[in-house]
Amino acid sequence: MIPKTKNVNPATVTAESIAKSAVVAPAGVASYALGLGDDALILAQRLGEWIASAPELEEDVALANIALDLLGHARSLLTYAGSATGVTEDDLAYFRDEPEFTNRQIFEQPNGDFAQTIARQLVVSVYFAELYRALSGSADPTLAAIAAKASKEVDYHFDHSYQWLLRLGLGTELSHERMQRGLDAVWPFVDELFRADGAQADVAVDPARLRARFDSTVPPLIEEAGLTIPTVQPARGGGRQGVHSEALGPLLAEMQVLARAHPGAKW
Amino acid sequence: MPEAQTTSAEEREFQRLIDADQRIEPRDWMPEAYRKTLVRQISQHAHSEIIGMQPEGNWISRAPSLKRKAILMAKVQDEAGHGLYLYSAAQTLGTDRDTMFDQLITGKARYSSIFSYLTPTWADMGSIGWLVDGAAICNQVPLCRVSYGPYGRAMTRICKEESFHQRQGFEILLQLMRGSAAQQRMAKESVDRWYAPALMMFGPPDDESPNSRQSMDWKIKRFSNDDLRQRFVDMLVPQAEVLGITLPDPDLRWNEERGHYDFGELDWSEFHEVLAGRGQANSVRVSRRRRAHEDGAWVREAARAYADAQAAPERIAS
Ligand SMILES: [Fe+2]
Ligand SMILES: [Fe+2]
Repeated sequence: MIPKTKNVNPATVTAESIAKSAVVAPAGVASYALGLGDDALILAQRLGEWIASAPELEEDVALANIALDLLGHARSLLTYAGSATGVTEDDLAYFRDEPEFTNRQIFEQPNGDFAQTIARQLVVSVYFAELYRALSGSADPTLAAIAAKASKEVDYHFDHSYQWLLRLGLGTELSHERMQRGLDAVWPFVDELFRADGAQADVAVDPARLRARFDSTVPPLIEEAGLTIPTVQPARGGGRQGVHSEALGPLLAEMQVLARAHPGAKW
Repeated sequence: MPEAQTTSAEEREFQRLIDADQRIEPRDWMPEAYRKTLVRQISQHAHSEIIGMQPEGNWISRAPSLKRKAILMAKVQDEAGHGLYLYSAAQTLGTDRDTMFDQLITGKARYSSIFSYLTPTWADMGSIGWLVDGAAICNQVPLCRVSYGPYGRAMTRICKEESFHQRQGFEILLQLMRGSAAQQRMAKESVDRWYAPALMMFGPPDDESPNSRQSMDWKIKRFSNDDLRQRFVDMLVPQAEVLGITLPDPDLRWNEERGHYDFGELDWSEFHEVLAGRGQANSVRVSRRRRAHEDGAWVREAARAYADAQAAPERIAS
């Protein structure tokens, strides 16, 4: 039987508050949190690449904002995941090798052009919004709090990508074409988001249940933007098992280079 | 005849506001030269914020802890925000943002020469925060009381964030100085590189700064370059002691009589090299922003086309 635990306040939950609280994630919860943390971390790292290179200054600010939110989610989730084995968020982010990363493959894909980045943001924001809404009812109070806090933030991320979907889809012929190509490039990686990952039913959200919500939400938006829902074969996936595309290795090499040059250092 | 009279009445009113330390607002009459000087000063400041995103942006992907990554990302985002407020302030003087931005990416406008230096090490994130944001604060706090209203209000907002940036930079260096021998070396080497360029951020010595007098009279510059530089050095020395870092100036010592620190001559030929476009990174900074702007042209065009279609009274149903 799960012992009755104290609620965690979503308004104040952060990586620091989790580390300080000395809460320990049960093993099954930890591996689930690790996967979600890796998803958020790798996407934050990707979106960070846009900063100082976005199509307009407002987008430098907006994409940095989204990346910062995701990094915040990643830090909380990784801190919590690490509590099970006594390691920190930084141990997990900087000192694991590629096959130990369990993010799904959509998150590691290169940004492509702005339209492709927006296509990925549309897909993952809807996914995150549904995931975190459901997860805020988790039997695990720390996960529930992290999810409740994240849920409000990803609603804004969705809005950002939806506005751009319309602008690009309905803007000019060129933007329409690029937005369609962006969706086509991202689409093979959608299926993996909704595959079962064997997580414990009362603490985790069954991703197959999210699929129905995704399928009723996203296609009408794509049509509203005058675009076509891609018909492509799904990628093979395997991110949760540590199987990754060629894009992840270089991303990790860059992210980890300094930390690994100074093992044990504090920053 | 009536025109000459009106002009001088306007001029008198303008001067009265300035003398009374009151603010000039966008609709008030102002001399053309005042307007032009302000547009140049504010837009240069805006450009500096925007170009200043790059030397620090260089380390976002490699920040050595997730906490530092988040702080750095937020800082670079703040600088973009500062650029945006300042462009808005300059726009109230009648020059639109696209025009100013175009001057930046075509290399016609100046930005602070400090951002033409490179950031080869992580410790440079500490030095930029501590020294560059520190110098910016010394420069900018007096500008919160500048005579032009929208500029002063933008500066008040910006200064609050700059003081966070300075503290965060100081913390990066402090952590390095408390760390391994390699980390300490990294910190010292970086401060050695940034110290003199940061002192030069206040501009040439007063006797070589011809535009300063008029700007002081208009209260769009409140202290002279040398005064500000002195304040900055006085602020740095005790902070360097806390860090345990020796500032790279053998002539630096307390002068009891003046109540200030004396410091050595700066190598102004280096400053002029950078101003002339021969700094470490002059060419890459502008061209990177230009490339981003050109690569994003189709995105901005789409947004405009979409907005126009939305605004059109007879929108054709799709
Ligand atoms: Fe700034
Ligand atoms: Fe700053």
